[in-house]
Amino acid sequence: MSAALDAAVLAPAVVMSLTESGRTTTGEAVLFWVIAPITVVAAFGLLFARKAVHAALSVVLVMISLAFLYVAQDAVFLGVVQVVVYTGAVMMLFLFVLMLVGVDASDSLVETIRGQRWIGWLAGIGLGVVLVSVVGRATWATPVGLAEANADSNPVGVARLVFGQHVFAFEVVGALLVTAALGALVLTHAERLTPRRGQRERAVARVRAGGPLTPLPAPGVYARSNAMDVPALGPDGRPLEQSVSRVLRVRGQAADSPGTLVPTTRPDGTVTLAPAGSAGDAGRRREVEARPDPTVGRDAAEAGSDAASDAASDAAAEGVRP
Amino acid sequence: MNPTNYLVLASVLFTLGAMTVLLRRNAVIAFMGVELMLNASNLALVHLSRHHGDLQGQVLAFFVMVVAAAEVVVGLAIIVAIFKTRRSASVDDADLLKG
Repeated sequence: MSAALDAAVLAPAVVMSLTESGRTTTGEAVLFWVIAPITVVAAFGLLFARKAVHAALSVVLVMISLAFLYVAQDAVFLGVVQVVVYTGAVMMLFLFVLMLVGVDASDSLVETIRGQRWIGWLAGIGLGVVLVSVVGRATWATPVGLAEANADSNPVGVARLVFGQHVFAFEVVGALLVTAALGALVLTHAERLTPRRGQRERAVARVRAGGPLTPLPAPGVYARSNAMDVPALGPDGRPLEQSVSRVLRVRGQAADSPGTLVPTTRPDGTVTLAPAGSAGDAGRRREVEARPDPTVGRDAAEAGSDAASDAASDAAAEGVRP
Repeated sequence: MNPTNYLVLASVLFTLGAMTVLLRRNAVIAFMGVELMLNASNLALVHLSRHHGDLQGQVLAFFVMVVAAAEVVVGLAIIVAIFKTRRSASVDDADLLKG
């Protein structure tokens, strides 16, 4: 039943696509003259496209146009296979690889072989002229047409040949496909040369390195002010230098801990913590000096604000400060 | 329309594919030129199949398609493998065999 149905469905597309004189019907001529320029322009697109993705899309256009031409020439099965295999599988594979390789991998213009560009153009144009002139000047017998061969619909006719006369080639081609898949697996498989470093390995390495395991103290803790440039005070009252951002310290913009408490021995013999008197003034003085001079102009002010934002972002981004 | 126009179109497409292979340095684009040449030969096969009233040409075009699919898989895998080691998809950079 299905064979009869196929024949009924496919027959109208198959019957008499060539006239008695061996010329195509007007409909096919119109289709050809619409499709063929699109195909050639798209092929030129492959040759001249700057971006690889555009080249791939023009090849997709060529292949879909060729599918139209196959169907117009009574090769219905091949037209469908062209869309499914070429545009559906092969070109999408190309696009995936372009994605992996990088879409903007543009051509280099360095000639490794001297004069290769000119030779390529010459050889290409020569090949085209030879092929077209040979095809155009040849004398062709009257076309037979596939009406007889496609009597049971085109897929049935092709299947008789593929599974009859060419069945061994068909099996070999199946083996070839499996081999190709295996080859692709082997070629793209990458051995891991170093053992994987997970969270545990990194934690062990950090303990072994001997650095501080906890987060560093934030600036300004227990000090008089919690500004960025004021070091935190430790339990013994000493300023913790590493609590101030490395950038501020390198630039000399860290305040010398204005609220530093130093152990002082009172006259009555008790030891107390008292602020170190002059240190605060010194820090404030340096702070004033570090401020950009308003008379210098806009550039200096911008540079100053840039430096401040740099320091802030650096302090925020740095989890571990040396 | 003269049916031979199909063969002229196939010749033009084949030439453009060959020129792509000769002139483009990007390995993926050159490979697409090879695909274009295979498609052009398929068009010629399909047309001559109708010309002779014999489906053998279509069967041959079918096998060309299958082999082209296998070839694309292996070729693209080679391009990806070269790109992984050399960070380049240019055909000029794979020159280790150059004396």
